[in-house]
Amino acid sequence: MSTSRLRPRCLSVLLAALLLWGGLPTASAQPQRAVRADTLYTMTGDPIENGVVLIENETIAAVGPASEVDVPASAEVHKASVVTPGLIDPRGTVGLSGIYNVPADQDQLDTSEPMQPALRALDAYNPREQLVSFVQQLGFTTVHTGHAPGALISGQTATFSTAGTTVEASLRDSITTVAFTLGPDAQARFESPGTRAKGVAMLRQALHDAQAAMDGGEPEGGDLGQDVLQDVLRGEVPALITAHRAHDIQTALRLQEEFGFDLILDGAAEAYLMTEEIAEADVPVILHPTMARPSGTTQNAAFTTAGVLHDAGVPVAIQTGWEPYVPKTRIALYEAAIAMAHGLPREAALASITREAAEILGLESVGTVAPGQRADLALFDGDPFEYTTHVCTVLSGGEVVSDECK
Amino acid sequence: MRTALLLLSLAGLCLCAPAQAQDRPHVFRNATLYPISEEPIEQGVLVVEGGTIQAVGPAGSVDVPAGAVEHDVAGKEIMPGLVDTHSHIGEVGGGDGSAAMHPDARTIDAINVRHPSLNRARAGGITTVQLISGSGHLMSGQTTYLKLREGGTVSELSACEEKPVEDCGGMKMANGTNPQRASGAFPGTRARAAAMAREQFVAAQEYRRKKEQADDPSEAPDRNLRMEGLIDVLEGRRTVHFHTHRHDDILTAIRLSEEFGFDLVLHHVSEGWKVADEIAEADVPASIIVLDSPGGKHEADELVYRTGRVLEEAGVDVAYHTDDPITDSRLFLRSPAFGVRAGMSRAAALESVTLAGARMLGLEDEVGSLEEGKDADFIVLSGDPLSVYTKIEQTWVEGTPVFDRSDPDDREFATGGYRVYDGAAQHVHE
Repeated sequence: MSTSRLRPRCLSVLLAALLLWGGLPTASAQPQRAVRADTLYTMTGDPIENGVVLIENETIAAVGPASEVDVPASAEVHKASVVTPGLIDPRGTVGLSGIYNVPADQDQLDTSEPMQPALRALDAYNPREQLVSFVQQLGFTTVHTGHAPGALISGQTATFSTAGTTVEASLRDSITTVAFTLGPDAQARFESPGTRAKGVAMLRQALHDAQAAMDGGEPEGGDLGQDVLQDVLRGEVPALITAHRAHDIQTALRLQEEFGFDLILDGAAEAYLMTEEIAEADVPVILHPTMARPSGTTQNAAFTTAGVLHDAGVPVAIQTGWEPYVPKTRIALYEAAIAMAHGLPREAALASITREAAEILGLESVGTVAPGQRADLALFDGDPFEYTTHVCTVLSGGEVVSDECK
Repeated sequence: MRTALLLLSLAGLCLCAPAQAQDRPHVFRNATLYPISEEPIEQGVLVVEGGTIQAVGPAGSVDVPAGAVEHDVAGKEIMPGLVDTHSHIGEVGGGDGSAAMHPDARTIDAINVRHPSLNRARAGGITTVQLISGSGHLMSGQTTYLKLREGGTVSELSACEEKPVEDCGGMKMANGTNPQRASGAFPGTRARAAAMAREQFVAAQEYRRKKEQADDPSEAPDRNLRMEGLIDVLEGRRTVHFHTHRHDDILTAIRLSEEFGFDLVLHHVSEGWKVADEIAEADVPASIIVLDSPGGKHEADELVYRTGRVLEEAGVDVAYHTDDPITDSRLFLRSPAFGVRAGMSRAAALESVTLAGARMLGLEDEVGSLEEGKDADFIVLSGDPLSVYTKIEQTWVEGTPVFDRSDPDDREFATGGYRVYDGAAQHVHE
């Protein structure tokens, strides 16, 4: 969402241009790869039966029914029962919270202060983390990850491709959101705030201070955290506010109204009690994992919430969230499957981890299968939501990154 | 559910005076039946009466008693009630932090059978369950086998007819990193953990010897509940249910069982795929767990979907368990489905959540399959048990429905919602 700081997309364009100029014979305007699908979910319209995707370098060159798209003889062809856009994990901590769950690999939450907007996800993301490869093999080509719920402002989130072995090579968006938490989950690790009211007072003061500095013309760079909050106040970076209980959701909406920032509701276990207000405020929801355990602030979570929100016209993505124990990362595809089985229409369930997730997060080049989009694709041997279906091939930026049925 | 039960009992009163509703025979027709003990039956007929299964078979081959309550379940599938060999529902707990081994601590003294988590399990089709204390001890206590029939006391839910509920269970043990703590009462290493367990069993053998050799009661050792609990294990009255993840820890558990001659069921068995032949050779069953991703601790970093398949191929008796709340009782059937995804046979997968679990609890003569004379514990499914699209529509225990998805109060336990899992009082079916 933010392009004001690091500019990874520009870097990769430059890199591609350099390769072209390098005169590599294969880098001509000729699709090097084609994918044939019995059913192709483009997420831009109805699924295409017997569909074809042509891939040229990193991007999708053509999409359509086999009768309308010619596959060059030189192209490597992949076939699958079902093809979807590369999947997007709309909100997790993979890459920051590692597989071993020991202090050395848990970087999703610093508890030295309750408000730390300056913390960048890209400084903590480990692109070689095993769990990143694990989710990639299951079809995930993009992860929105970063600081976890658990502090009033836990830090920033960022978006990465699951391909690439350096942060620079993986980075898709350096500051996707700033992560806030309301309610008891923001209190457990700190002496203060100790109550909801105190936590919100602290947040409001911080936002007022950032606003005052901005209004007073103070130059950026003096206070890293305040700079980021000003990005939020200017609407350049959305506030991702974790709020599960209905009254915490109300507080999030109240803060949004007071400060006018772009709000994404995160978690939102009791959103079904607040459907009208959320729809009225035109706020999207990145919903808790459908299988979140019904305890603590998610005690009243329901399998049916995604469907209820969708029916009310609220944009819904389904997240993996953060787990203190196991499963160390959830799989958003599985979470969407359970939501689908409990009332979220099939296309909406797929959108919740592809197109809708990309739209909510402001990611323009992923989430759909269309010409010009990044060539991220997941190839399945059956219904993507069925327990027994395998993800057999994963393409990321036009390259095969996994080719074994998982 | 309350309404349904009330209607049923009213019907019973009206139609057949003193007889209870569940005493009338019920016949279920036209469903696909999974007896587990034999091949699936298309268009099957299931007859239950007096809490037990009277007949199972294809249409036309089964005698249906007169006056049976008819259930046309065309398009549905019926399988035995699920057996969960490892669950923490009911606020179950065992020993405390004062010691690493608590052979005297009984889960029956902790279980809250009115807790709404039991209704979550009923919504998930679970009819038999082992309630087990945690893995933070080498031996956290005596486990309890329950049937999820309706009832307000732990005795009413006992899975054992022949013995009191306090004897209806096994013993929980654990190795690996969970029971290791920075405290003098607990082991700090694997070798220390094994030594501590062995010392206790040796002490129990000595206690038993003194008891047996005493010519009169005055010479016998003072009654020691810890030793008595261990003797139950040594003499085969309690199976050891052993939490273990890493390949070498699995073999340590087997080594202990062979040294002291106790009955063993391996639990979790995350790296069982590395030592499948050794497990098969020892003829020890494995109750396994599948998680959506590996990790959470070092010893589970190689937990894989294919463990069920590898153990099946090696000839090991395999069950899945929920470890609720680690995996959710409502979604227990995801586990065998993931087994099939990774190559397990469909037959072994369905057996893994029914008859295999029953064998591991020593309850295979009562539950786990649809066979004449067994408990009438079964679930009615809207479709293929291993499909994400399928819903558990009804759960029956001993011929009585304990979950009915068509009842909104019951359905809430399957889906969750506002205050559904708050205090149990308002949800007790009595």
